Amino acid sequence: MIKVEGLRRSFGAQPVLRGIDLEVASGEIMVVIGRSGGGKSVLLKHLVGLLRPDAGRIFVDRTEITRLRRSALDRIRERYGVVFQGGALFDSMSVFDNVAFPLWEKVRIPATEIRQRVEEKLAQVGLQGMGHKNPAEISGGMRKRVAIARALVTEPEVVFFDEPTTGLDPILVNTIHHLIVELHRKFRFTAVMVSHEIPEIFRIADRVAMLHEGLIAECATPEAIQASANPVVQQFIRGEIESAPPAR
Amino acid sequence: MTGPVTTSAPQVLPVRLVGELGARALEVLQSLGRFGRFLVQAITYIFVPPFKLARLVERIHFVGFRSLTIVVLTGAFTGMVLGLQIFLVLSRFGSEAFLGPAVALSIIRELGPVLCALIVTGRAGSALTAELGIMKITEQIDALTVMALNPVRYLIVPPIVAGIITFPLMTAIFDVVGIFGGYLVGVELLGLSPGTYFGEMQTFVDRADVMTGFWKSLSFGVIVTWVCTYKGYYCGHGAEGVARATTQAVVLSSVLILVWDYFLGSVLP
Repeated sequence: MIKVEGLRRSFGAQPVLRGIDLEVASGEIMVVIGRSGGGKSVLLKHLVGLLRPDAGRIFVDRTEITRLRRSALDRIRERYGVVFQGGALFDSMSVFDNVAFPLWEKVRIPATEIRQRVEEKLAQVGLQGMGHKNPAEISGGMRKRVAIARALVTEPEVVFFDEPTTGLDPILVNTIHHLIVELHRKFRFTAVMVSHEIPEIFRIADRVAMLHEGLIAECATPEAIQASANPVVQQFIRGEIESAPPAR
Repeated sequence: MTGPVTTSAPQVLPVRLVGELGARALEVLQSLGRFGRFLVQAITYIFVPPFKLARLVERIHFVGFRSLTIVVLTGAFTGMVLGLQIFLVLSRFGSEAFLGPAVALSIIRELGPVLCALIVTGRAGSALTAELGIMKITEQIDALTVMALNPVRYLIVPPIVAGIITFPLMTAIFDVVGIFGGYLVGVELLGLSPGTYFGEMQTFVDRADVMTGFWKSLSFGVIVTWVCTYKGYYCGHGAEGVARATTQAVVLSSVLILVWDYFLGSVLP
């Protein structure tokens, strides 16, 4: 479905991605983990075409998207749904309008059907009856759920989640993960998720890729990642600090 | 051992300075190119469907209607000040009869378009920049892009068209209110006859003067909305980036209004 080959990107003199190779199979949940500032969100922005790489290629179903013109890239993006780290909800619109917006703009269906689909999506994320509220009036967890509803309302083939649970309490983290798994089971989309939530993501991922110093250090099933002999992977999933004193 | 170091240092410094100067010049050229391309892109999308009419109406309300109070207030007091000052000057030469045309020509040709544009820059232009800047830093513009929706069509074209429509209308209102402000002072306060005030105006103010004001206000509408949306769309990071973009938008718009006013004033009849 998605194939990344030798992706490189620097910002000024700072190399962030130093040759990423990654494949995401159709219908799987791929979770990209790694340290903060390690380039996970930069990788995601390349996958959705918000950034262009210095070198390397990204294929979506054999179409190379890194050199596509805007209109051709938009045709690929029509198959995408993206959940941004902060939700990226339009603050001038209500919750209902935020979720309905992609349908109004991209799908030619009657207004009654749009209303029905939006209410259905809001109910699926546990926000029925909240459509009239403004994004500023709802909690961080609710905003994330509205963002998920907006990303899924067009029933996309691929959904990208950029740290969908950052800053939430453990109960909300599990609620959102449960929601993603449930929606994935129902709609069978391909998911690429950037997350820090260890060990929770091991329960939802089909495969986990560890990004370290601009390269994929390891990509395997959650079980294989947890049993990995790679010290970088072990250090990250155990949350060990580099100069930790010996355990007593 | 120190010989080569002391001889190479003076050579390296000028080369480095030239390099830095060249890099800075390229940066300026690049941003000028981006600035120009931004407007060309926006103007292109004005004529390419789908047209975002609801968004345009909302922007006309925001840029035009909500600026009306301040435009009327400024217009009234500008006309009153002009009426007072010009009356004092003309009375020294015994030419008070020319107060009407003097106030009207000053307002219609210069002060109406310029002051109106400066006021709307402060009220609506700065808000446009801040709004777009916040949309940029909260990834709302990226959200539009990944929805395969063109942010320029949604966020830039409506305010520019709103500027083209509302600036001449607001300037016309400013002109009328300003002329009546001059009337209030000259006729009601200082005793000039109403017939003289308006009669001489009809003799001296012609269509070319009105058109000069119209072309100025139209071009100021483009300049203000272009600069303010550009600065917001390409603002830096965080609250500081939005604040800097807003300041730059107001300063650059104001300077461009004055420069362009001089240019148009010298080429238009």
